[in-house]
Amino acid sequence: MSALALIRAAPQVASQRHLLTAEAWSALPAALADDPEVIFLGLWAEPGCVHAAFLHPEDGVPVIASTLGETYASLAQARPGAGLMERAARDLWGVDAVDAPDRRPWLDHGRWPMTAPMGPRPLPRSGAAPQPQFRTAEGEGIHIIPVGPIHAGIIEPGHFRFHVQGEVVVRLEARLGYVHKGILGLMRAKSPRAAVQFAARVSGDSTVAHALAFCRAAEAATETPAPPRAVALRAVMAECERLANHLGDWGAICNYAAFAWPLAQAGLLRERMLRACEAAFGHRLMMDRVLPGGVATDLGAAGAAALRAVLAEVAAETPALLRIYETHASLQDRVVGTGLISTSLAARFGAGGVVGRASGRGFDARRMPGYAPYDAIDFTVPVLPSGDVDARVRVRVAEIEASLRLVARLLDALPTGPIHIPLPIRAGEGLAMTEGFRGDVLHWLRLDDGGLIEASFIRDPSWFHWPLLEAAIEGNIVADFPIINKSINASYSGVDL
Amino acid sequence: MLWPRLARALLSRPIAEPVALPPDSTVAALVARLEAASAARLGRSLAIRHVDAGSCNGCELEVHATSNLLHDLERFGLRFVASPRHADVLLVTGPTTRNMAEALAIAFAATPDPKWVVAAGDCAVDGGVFKGSPAVAGGTGAVLPVDLLIPGCPPSPMALIEGLVALLVANAAPERAGQEKGPTA
Repeated sequence: MSALALIRAAPQVASQRHLLTAEAWSALPAALADDPEVIFLGLWAEPGCVHAAFLHPEDGVPVIASTLGETYASLAQARPGAGLMERAARDLWGVDAVDAPDRRPWLDHGRWPMTAPMGPRPLPRSGAAPQPQFRTAEGEGIHIIPVGPIHAGIIEPGHFRFHVQGEVVVRLEARLGYVHKGILGLMRAKSPRAAVQFAARVSGDSTVAHALAFCRAAEAATETPAPPRAVALRAVMAECERLANHLGDWGAICNYAAFAWPLAQAGLLRERMLRACEAAFGHRLMMDRVLPGGVATDLGAAGAAALRAVLAEVAAETPALLRIYETHASLQDRVVGTGLISTSLAARFGAGGVVGRASGRGFDARRMPGYAPYDAIDFTVPVLPSGDVDARVRVRVAEIEASLRLVARLLDALPTGPIHIPLPIRAGEGLAMTEGFRGDVLHWLRLDDGGLIEASFIRDPSWFHWPLLEAAIEGNIVADFPIINKSINASYSGVDL
Repeated sequence: MLWPRLARALLSRPIAEPVALPPDSTVAALVARLEAASAARLGRSLAIRHVDAGSCNGCELEVHATSNLLHDLERFGLRFVASPRHADVLLVTGPTTRNMAEALAIAFAATPDPKWVVAAGDCAVDGGVFKGSPAVAGGTGAVLPVDLLIPGCPPSPMALIEGLVALLVANAAPERAGQEKGPTA
């Protein structure tokens, strides 16, 4: 039986969710291994229950498999992207993937006042934090370079453990969890309106994408779609966020190759984007502008004019910037062929966004059925096969051009009407995906009869990008790590939650 | 030939002529000039080490933006350094998570005196929206003595620059000389 048939054969307990017996779940890993088409979206838990979400590329409708119990069969052999999430689920909820290839703690560094804080029986803990266990590498002359959690720049904290032979990285292991803030726990027992502030702060650079996915999940749970004008304004914000971040990343990647001029120029364009966003929506990063049921602020004529002006400026400057990027051999030498992620690896991990599309995987959440307003607009999704730093830059540049056209078209055809409707207070369950600048963002939540959040899950695309960074650096020199890392630009806070 | 001469020189008085000490007024003038020069060259300069103690990365975006062409932080003598050992200021963002508290305390201990701690952003001020989470120790003040608070979610680049320049101006004030700790805002 195919994996999705196996899930759909189990009794349906919510609109997109089926409750599998432990035996049926145990058959899932083999079924998934036989069915590489099925996309793994995420794995999370509740006290005594595990959920995993999947998507078949043909129907485009996510489906969730659940099973009861404190232990479950690991999916990490069939879908390696599940590995870190299984470790996180054990740390947060105390559910255990008994046959998992890696059962080391992930988010729990032994410093929280209790174990399994979201599980049924959190136990108090005291004493010193244990030393972390790292994977090893053996060979002649191998030495270890430990880096972090505090890095030598303005960047989020995380620990990188390099095994190096001469100048070449033999193995990299990232240890994250340093910025774990307990976001899923803070969301519990709050209304979507009160909890959206946490969604907006999962990863500050993707505040619109995360808030939007959260709000669409809450709207799905209460079967209350946002009004058309709000839907269009949300898309304008999401594309502006993509533009600002892609511009910043493009410049920063060049800067890590010691070519500082593009950082200055792209940084200037990014700053102008942020100022236009402030003029249009009242906040440079558009934080707290997307609310359950709509948006917080309407777009006035002056704001729209500011956006059009900055679109024109970015459109005018981008070709020159690209020409300079392409014609400097010293820069091209650093980016072409560096940090390869193979198409097969990107597909196995289900890598989204720039990372996936630069390695031949064209998935884009905006193409999912029923994702307004994108279902009514024609837009391009660039895909390149080469999988190196250069491909990731070029996908960003092509997406800048596509988003410029998208925002202009959205502004030309803004619907009139209200920008917000309150959500009814009722029970329900909803899942939604949006396309942030890093890739597809997934939010799931369940509301109780009082309309308060009973359980939720947030999956940033970075969950799949961190393991790919470890693969991309292999065989490259240590000095190329910053440029490879920036070309992937995974979020720390987004996965640490 | 050489040895008898060396032996004689050892036993005799040095032949270098004495020099009269400069008058006190000259010494005082020189000291004043040196102090003025060091204040001009070093006084309006602070080396900043940024530490993310648990931020959502929104603050990092705006800290980065202080260095772009429109803000150009370095023109004020403010610059970011790679090590706390080179820093005068720890610029801390984010709530301090339990998983980062020790690393933050180590960074502070590695920063030479005199040093200042700036808590930037609502989360660093008091934990912000993450206040009360069991995974969060609190604001920066839960772990370090804080000298300056810059609120905002995130604080704008202009707010960050204003706060840092205020620290610089306060730092250059004459009454600071000889103090262990800088003035608080």
